[in-house]
Amino acid sequence: MSTSIIGAAVGRVDGKLKTTGAARYAIDHPLDNVAYGAGVFSTIANGKIVRIDTAEAEKMPGVIDILHHGNADQLYRPAGQFEHSRASEARPPFEDDGVYYYGQFIAVVVANTLEQAQDAATRVKVTYAEEKPLVHLEDAPAPTGEPVANYSRGDAEAAFESAPIKIDETYITPVETHNPMEMHGTIAAWDGDKVTLYETTQGVVNHQQVMSEVLGLPLENVRVISPFCGSGFGGKLFPWPHSMVAALAARRVKRPVKVYVPRSMMFTTVGHRPYTKQRMRLGATADGKLVSIQHDVLSTTSKVDTYVEHCTSSTPMLYTCPNVKAVQHLVPLNVGTPTPMRGPGTVPGIFPLESAMDELAIRLNMDPLELRLRNYAEKDESLNLPFSGKHLREAYQIGAERFGWSKRNPKVASMRDGGLVLGWGMSTATWHAGRGGATVRVRLNADGTARASSATQDIGTGTYTVIAQVVSDKTGIPLNKIEVVLGDSSLPPGPTSGGSTATASVMPAVAGATNSVVNTLISIAQRTQGSPFYVKETQGGDPPSLKMTKGFIHAADKAPESGVPFHEILAMRRLSGIDGEAKTGPSEEMHKFSGHSFGSHFCEVTWDPGIARLRVSRWVTVMDAGRIINRKTATNQILGGVVMGIGMALLEETLYDPRNGKPLNNNYGDYLVSTNADVPAMECIFVEYPDLNLNEYGARGVGEIGLAGVASAITMAVYHATGVRVRKLPVRIEDLLGHV
Amino acid sequence: MQSFEYRQARSPEGAIANAGEKTRFIAGGTTLVDLMKLDVERPASVIDINGLPLDRIEVSPDGGLKIGAMVRNSDLAWNANVRQRYAVLSEALLSGASPQLRNMATTGGNLLQRTRCYYFRDTNYKCNKREPGSGCSAIDGFHRIHAVLGGSEHCIATHPSDMAVAMMALEATVHTRGAKGERSIPLNDFYLLPGSTPDSENVLEPGELITHVTLPPLPQSTRSHYLKLRDRASYEFALASAAVVIRTSGGRIEFARVALGGVGTKPWRSREAEQELHGHEANERIFRAAAEAALKPAKPLRDNAFKVELAKRVIVRALENTTQTA
Repeated sequence: MSTSIIGAAVGRVDGKLKTTGAARYAIDHPLDNVAYGAGVFSTIANGKIVRIDTAEAEKMPGVIDILHHGNADQLYRPAGQFEHSRASEARPPFEDDGVYYYGQFIAVVVANTLEQAQDAATRVKVTYAEEKPLVHLEDAPAPTGEPVANYSRGDAEAAFESAPIKIDETYITPVETHNPMEMHGTIAAWDGDKVTLYETTQGVVNHQQVMSEVLGLPLENVRVISPFCGSGFGGKLFPWPHSMVAALAARRVKRPVKVYVPRSMMFTTVGHRPYTKQRMRLGATADGKLVSIQHDVLSTTSKVDTYVEHCTSSTPMLYTCPNVKAVQHLVPLNVGTPTPMRGPGTVPGIFPLESAMDELAIRLNMDPLELRLRNYAEKDESLNLPFSGKHLREAYQIGAERFGWSKRNPKVASMRDGGLVLGWGMSTATWHAGRGGATVRVRLNADGTARASSATQDIGTGTYTVIAQVVSDKTGIPLNKIEVVLGDSSLPPGPTSGGSTATASVMPAVAGATNSVVNTLISIAQRTQGSPFYVKETQGGDPPSLKMTKGFIHAADKAPESGVPFHEILAMRRLSGIDGEAKTGPSEEMHKFSGHSFGSHFCEVTWDPGIARLRVSRWVTVMDAGRIINRKTATNQILGGVVMGIGMALLEETLYDPRNGKPLNNNYGDYLVSTNADVPAMECIFVEYPDLNLNEYGARGVGEIGLAGVASAITMAVYHATGVRVRKLPVRIEDLLGHV
Repeated sequence: MQSFEYRQARSPEGAIANAGEKTRFIAGGTTLVDLMKLDVERPASVIDINGLPLDRIEVSPDGGLKIGAMVRNSDLAWNANVRQRYAVLSEALLSGASPQLRNMATTGGNLLQRTRCYYFRDTNYKCNKREPGSGCSAIDGFHRIHAVLGGSEHCIATHPSDMAVAMMALEATVHTRGAKGERSIPLNDFYLLPGSTPDSENVLEPGELITHVTLPPLPQSTRSHYLKLRDRASYEFALASAAVVIRTSGGRIEFARVALGGVGTKPWRSREAEQELHGHEANERIFRAAAEAALKPAKPLRDNAFKVELAKRVIVRALENTTQTA
């Protein structure tokens, strides 16, 4: 078995399609006779629709129909709470006259062209009975409901009270909105009672299931196609109202209907990371041993569904501590329903924990890295299980060396580069190592090519490439002769691209399917007259052991080239090709372990006190994330996470107008994310220890961990440079301006 | 977007002759098309002036510069004359928008850029600039990005241009042609304060076309500089910016012009700052005095109060940068 392709820095097999514009995204698909649906979105955040006046809009040129709660066919509620499927919002669009948030889908105008539909949509007159909306957590009464997270070990309260050193601070993370380049969109095309949905989704299988529930159709009557996704960041995990609206409208007008969510409504009706307010209490001994961690979280959800941002998920396992309590409550607001965003739970949840660790280190006059080493968790104390591979100590050490951490002077504003003050920060990163089920089919074709297919999808992370690498690894067939087909629910069911699990989930099935088809081929080689490996039935003893390398079937003890190219064996039997299929599930072995990746971030900011200009200037990240399958796409994922984290720390915040719930900065100009100019020189290093408990390659996903801990590393560096501790993200110029 | 009539102008005369009350000239379209999509701009007719021969940059007989209204921001920014003699203008242009937008945006269009006020850009809000007499949603709303200088109880919308701030400091003149003939308007007299009529942003008459902008020559060894402060490093409007044109002799300031961006309801020339500087020795104390004087008229609100201090800082630094000996 050649191993060189696994771990190599392989360019994306779909890279050319994307860079040349040939890759077809959801609403790019050309369909005959397509009509266009433009949404009418609520302009209040709380109340009822009294009247929808469509008279003027109906008379506009090209208008075919206008659907709203008064005339649309029923959509059923998704069965998500009872099944494994999951929709984004329990309330389907047009269910009733209720308005629960600004930018809610309240009607759709279907017309012959996009322009006609959009123009007519502005002529739909909606009369509301408006009530005062509740838009901000800070304006809400304290929650009285049951906690949505309630973890406890030891007696955290008593241990805190008696601890010699106490940190008690509250941290806030704002609403962040995903904003992938490709906006949400759907083309729905009916054929009798079957519907095909051209989608941009992180899960074609889940999307198919939910849409069958909502439309009341047998599963096989729904097909979801999503060959490319202009990224999701979690926002495209579960179906949103526009997909249901497109299906309803297409059925009504008996034509394919295309609906996309305009950028402004990408801030309302397709999810966001919710606002969190988190009190973090740490109790420690004078020599820096944690004796108590208390994490109290408030996070927001909508009035139409319950979304929990699991901020406490990493708290009980990140450090060794005998007494831990983590409690979370939800606050429902008149905003759209939140949804997972890259690193959900852990990313906002680790911000207060890591920030408080830094505040504790300062109180103790101890190096923050040393504090983390003193509280290093050798096992997962929340599950009482060993980690399935944890090499965080090494990640700290390598990162510190590469960064030059030992040269740090902890005194505020003590390090300079000319007129600029330098601030240094570091943080721990973590994300769970998960693996789910997958079915993959691999076919070897008589023309010398291979094809792998599964109903998973590549959301821009490199799944196409990684699958091709595994097939190539097992067969020696070069990547340019391997076709990977994904993003179609009619293929064998594959995993959702979420939770950094797609790679770890799909690889075992690709490997299994490839092994299966190679075994079939070997058996054909042995049973085919004319094949050099033909084994006569009368022949005694074991036939020589065969294997497949470099595309050849050959004797295991001889060079590959001594054998026969695999397609010649297929030709001997006049076969077009043969298939192998494998279905894999979660790793059985993992029940005995706690599966997590870890990492360290080290960063530098430059602070120009005269003009209050703060920039991130240097970054070193070291990741302990199992075996790396593709160095290029993995590095891309980690550093992409850091770039997003720079935005989280310094720029991102969705501003809701308290008067009407409107996100005010609802466009790329006003909602700030990092630009290239904000991104410094970055280095990403992997400590590679295969996690063989998880899968045979030892690979874990790397989509999310890069973002975890970035914000706290930056606020720590900001403190070091400026002396200002910012506990409410993002760090703003005005937070620092008063301090020179 | 409402339906509109579209024509291409073949000559400035033709453009003016066909322009009516509800006509908009379209050049790069980077503001107009955006606002038409939002239904904020609702012209009955649009006259495309991209074909007009107004795209040249020439040295004037007096040694100044004559810039055609259709010169693209990127062409102007990278023009050798501009880079060498009017560094403040090149720096201002390159600090604005993105390369793609700068390739489209024009000199004339940039002067007429409209505000990024959230409430101006959404027809569901009250806005005296968009709909005179309807009220102002910004004063009671989020106003972190709004103006601290030149506002009124009717409007606090910030003028967004960087280029115009540099041109204020360069004492540019706007040249126009309209039904009543040609006019030359000092840029300083071109913009209007919002007062009780924030819908009137400048002195252009309906159908009047900017044909070019002239910059006077600068005395030998004059230095100029644009410094822009904002949340992120690129592709964002200024929170506070300063354009400085200054000449010193033996450490003494012979003349100085200071204009501010991101803080005013129009590109903000600060005569107060200039008076502080004039004739004085160039040092930090006098720079601070100039900054204090410039922001003395400021009327900050809850969210934009920090801009007062930020604007002072940007003035001081821009003056330092232009007076330090190399």
